[in-house]
Amino acid sequence: MGTLTMACFASLVGSKSLDFALKLAGAAADKGHKVNLWLSSNGTMIGKAHQKHLKDYSTAEKPVMELLKKGVEICTCEACALARGIQKTEAIEGIQWNAMHWYLAKIYNSDRVLHIGGE
Amino acid sequence: MSNVKLAFLIQRPPYKSETATLGITHAISYQVVEMLLEDGQNVIPTVCMVGEGVLNCLKDQKAMENYGVMSIESHIKNGLLVDLDILVCKEDLARFGISEDRIADAEDMGADKKLQIVPYAEIQKVMESSNHLLVF
Repeated sequence: MGTLTMACFASLVGSKSLDFALKLAGAAADKGHKVNLWLSSNGTMIGKAHQKHLKDYSTAEKPVMELLKKGVEICTCEACALARGIQKTEAIEGIQWNAMHWYLAKIYNSDRVLHIGGE
Repeated sequence: MSNVKLAFLIQRPPYKSETATLGITHAISYQVVEMLLEDGQNVIPTVCMVGEGVLNCLKDQKAMENYGVMSIESHIKNGLLVDLDILVCKEDLARFGISEDRIADAEDMGADKKLQIVPYAEIQKVMESSNHLLVF
């Protein structure tokens, strides 16, 4: 089995790129691959807890928690999150907070790397 | 294990989105990645500016005055200061009518490295020889 590392840059609301990234991460994990998910830029929005699921908008809290249970490592860019007013105390439990070198370190041991949602 | 080569391909223009800045800052973070790796492991980044991405390389950017943020020029200078290899596509500069004297450098900060203006063929070689291609 391989290791897949993805970086997500799109926002949760206003794009379906994050929905796609979460589904892809789940599918890869179900096949037995090791998956790392780096949240940067607007992608950090999916790491915030207490998202309300309104039917017109994407929500990520439940799928993110399922990914964590499957062993997917998820890390948010601390600076990107703080710049958007998201505090660590508001984060979904189990999501790591770190800086960009976390992402490069995960790439080091990855077979494939994907960027999703850069604008 | 040995080094893993990463090509950071930046094709987005400055300031329209955060993307170009993220490409440079992610590349600069190679400076501290060893903290999370085993002894003898490292990543070797090369930044390649292509297409509208070459616009990031203009000097005398006024981002602080206009937007209240650190300029991409400053990020590029910091990259040069930490010995990042930054290649700029010669053909794309010509396409935008940008002469070499309008390109940023970090001499004032004491950097040894300069932006390297190269033909696209050289950037292609970097991409082909890298383990992973990161497109911003």
